[in-house]
Amino acid sequence: MCAAADSSARHGLEVLDAEEIRRALTRIAHEILERTHGGENAVLLGIQTRGVPLARRLAALIAEFEGTDIGCGALDVTMHRDDLRLRPARALAKTELPAGDVDGKIVVLVDDVLYSGRTVRAALDALADLGRPRSVQLAVLVDRGHRELPIRADYVGKNLPTSQREMVRVLLTEVDGTDSVQISEAGE
Amino acid sequence: MKHLISAGDISRDEALLILDTAEELASVADRPIKKLPTLRGRTVVNLFYEDSTRTRISFEAAAKRLSADVINFSAKGSSVAKGESLKDTALTLEAMGADAVVIRHSASGSPHRLAGWVHGSVINAGDGTHEHPTQALLDAFTIRRRLRPGRGLDGIRVTIAGDVLHGRVARSNVLLLSTLGAEVTLVAPPTLFPLAVGSWPCSVSYDLDAELPKSDVVMMLRVQQERMNAAYFPSVREYSRRYGLDTARMARLPEHAIVMHPGPMNRGVEIAADVADSPRSTIVEQVANGVTVRMAVLYLLLGGANEGESNG
Amino acid sequence: MAEDLLIRGATMAGGGSADIVISDGLIASIGGPAAAGPAGARVIDAGGLVALPGLVDLHTHLREPGREDAETVQTGTAAAALGGFTAVHAMANTEPVADTAGVVEQVWRLGRAAGHCDVQPVGAVSVGLAGKQLAELGAMADSAARVRVFSDDGRCVADPLLMRRALEYVKAFNGVIAQHAQDPRLTEGAQLNEGEMSGRLGLAGWPAVAEEAVIARDCLLAAHVGSALHVCHVSTAGSVDIIRWAKSKGWPVTAEVTPHHLLLTDELAAGYDPVFKVNPPLRTAADVAELRRALADGTIDCVATDHAPHPVEAKETEWAEAAWGMTGLETALRVVQHAMVDTGLLDWAGVADRMSVRPARIGRLDGHGALLAPGGPANITLYDPAGPAEAVSAVGASKSRNSPFAGMELPGRVVATFLRGTPTVLDGKLTQP
Repeated sequence: MCAAADSSARHGLEVLDAEEIRRALTRIAHEILERTHGGENAVLLGIQTRGVPLARRLAALIAEFEGTDIGCGALDVTMHRDDLRLRPARALAKTELPAGDVDGKIVVLVDDVLYSGRTVRAALDALADLGRPRSVQLAVLVDRGHRELPIRADYVGKNLPTSQREMVRVLLTEVDGTDSVQISEAGE
Repeated sequence: MKHLISAGDISRDEALLILDTAEELASVADRPIKKLPTLRGRTVVNLFYEDSTRTRISFEAAAKRLSADVINFSAKGSSVAKGESLKDTALTLEAMGADAVVIRHSASGSPHRLAGWVHGSVINAGDGTHEHPTQALLDAFTIRRRLRPGRGLDGIRVTIAGDVLHGRVARSNVLLLSTLGAEVTLVAPPTLFPLAVGSWPCSVSYDLDAELPKSDVVMMLRVQQERMNAAYFPSVREYSRRYGLDTARMARLPEHAIVMHPGPMNRGVEIAADVADSPRSTIVEQVANGVTVRMAVLYLLLGGANEGESNG
Repeated sequence: MAEDLLIRGATMAGGGSADIVISDGLIASIGGPAAAGPAGARVIDAGGLVALPGLVDLHTHLREPGREDAETVQTGTAAAALGGFTAVHAMANTEPVADTAGVVEQVWRLGRAAGHCDVQPVGAVSVGLAGKQLAELGAMADSAARVRVFSDDGRCVADPLLMRRALEYVKAFNGVIAQHAQDPRLTEGAQLNEGEMSGRLGLAGWPAVAEEAVIARDCLLAAHVGSALHVCHVSTAGSVDIIRWAKSKGWPVTAEVTPHHLLLTDELAAGYDPVFKVNPPLRTAADVAELRRALADGTIDCVATDHAPHPVEAKETEWAEAAWGMTGLETALRVVQHAMVDTGLLDWAGVADRMSVRPARIGRLDGHGALLAPGGPANITLYDPAGPAEAVSAVGASKSRNSPFAGMELPGRVVATFLRGTPTVLDGKLTQP
């Protein structure tokens, strides 16, 4: 683990740097290809917000490794969240399904952090309204534990035991200008 | 935002948020399951003192697509028809637990009064000759989709023709479209303008022909034939000749320009049948857009914590 | 028999301080300090209080008979006394309309029985206020109520021929026609002053010209037949211009303005609260400024409250459904202090003139409106202009609560009112319920 040294990584401790993130994604891409038998009938759906660039990177890696043009899209789960009443109404982000739809496909949901599992639960509900996939799998960059629902990831970049007092922050170049995963105490 | 009563209360950012949200919700209409669970457990009451099946159905569809419960309260054959006061009706709705009341009423200012008597959100579905903000929102949404997807309406030239004096759609559109950056021109005979229209954020013209070649959008408003009896114009024929959008006038519009009408139309008075049915006309999609925009409004007003309640 | 009174140290309207001795309902003497009062006189300390001749209201709606849910003669005159009034003119738009000797005498008697102030009934100009046929003006003039002011207020006498006849007819008994100037055709369905606010709020406009055109016509008629015209509740700058012109010709025209038109504008309608709905409507700031100037220079002769009480359900509704009118008896003097005295436009002598002397003269009312002087009737109002400004309460002696000033901070308070030497109000409270 490298100490945070560059300008944008101001908070807390860096637990994954850009290089480690790249290696994790490479491994996940290979794993997806294995478990979807080449990805022909599979679709990557990034959960907004940071799941989307991750899904795109995975799609690019898959195309690089095997030339497969795996479908890649975005899923906004705001409308299916179970915690809407706790804050004022949030703006919606884009939901874009790759050409065709999800019926009969293997859908791989992609997100940055798996924590309580509620976001994934909302994503499953949102997906159910969009069609009937053949099966649904889950890829996450970081699993930080503390599940509140019976949900587990099929592909994990890094297992990161944390306490609930801690905050895990994933920074991605497409959104934040740099690649980094950081842990900090809440409030730092 | 707790209530939606006047388009003048909506800031540019809020307007864009509503339009962006509507853009995301538009795809719901194309899905096999046209429903989202977001407003499950919320109650929306349609309080319609004026007959308006089209608007009421639009709000009902919007609420139901968000899984809200809908209660329809129409003036005919109810305690309202027997003379129950607006205040007592409001207190009844309160007791029924309405999270939002959508009100259409013939008296300007009714939503303002209602907001003082209920705790829920009040949505103005048309009050007298004052405003109809969701109509303006769906009009703006339609213009944006056709001419400026994803952006504001800056520089778009909109001509609105019709009875401005009694026109709630005109008022709301002038306010909202100018907030979004459009340049609005109102066209009508002098008798159908309010005296102080010069202070509104728009231009005024008595000459429809002069405005058409420079318009990106022409919005025709319904003119009530009864206005003839109060000497607002001498005859329907003269009104139609001077201010109606016929095929000859439509031909003078720029190629990209669109023709709008909030409905219901007086075919042959303010708009010719051929114009209403032409590909430039957005009249049918305005109806579909109405449901989408109303879904966005209901979501933004009811989908999160109530004001003063957030725990986040 | 009223007890003897010594009012000590009051500030007189014309300036200087004095002791006022009251005996047998008359002012016995007005003298410098240390003048002795009659033995056994009750002493009222009036240090710092302004002594005005009892105020006279030319325009009040007491609602009885017929609308006792809104006000009665009892409650209305109680409100008047608390406002410093010793006489009010009760408008004729009751149910039944005060268009016969019978009804005006009934109202007159109710006033005497209540005892808070004198009630001078106003007779209708036309039968049933319908504007078609003259009411029995002579019978009303000869009745016990001695009606001299005639008005269809609430409605306009729109028919020019009827207005001419009415003006001519009352010459026989020194009467005056008080017109509510509102062209009915130009104001069909009107809700609010026609202007920027009405356009923005989507409320049908009540154009200033609908008032001004009728006033111009009536001034010409009054001049033509040589009879007295009084213009009720002037509300626009244009109306002031016309009245000024008519007076410059020496024509027999007088005019009144309400307290609310001296202070409030149509911008208050923004929230659609019908407490601000009044006829004629609230106008613009420019109109308010001109009305103040006109009252100061005497073009407008007097302040008249147009006190118009309404029950709660008539005002707690959509604007278009709501009744027209505002209460005003209890707040009138405070509003006039705020709008006219504290702004330097009028001094207390001017207030005495505009709120007592001239209204009594226009109303041809004996026994009221005389500047305080020995030998005159002891109709006196003691008013405290100093002290902290207090928020107006909507709840008062009036049965109704539709005051546009509720919650507003206004200066001053009426401390005492004396009706022919009998205190009707002492220390800001009624002496009898």
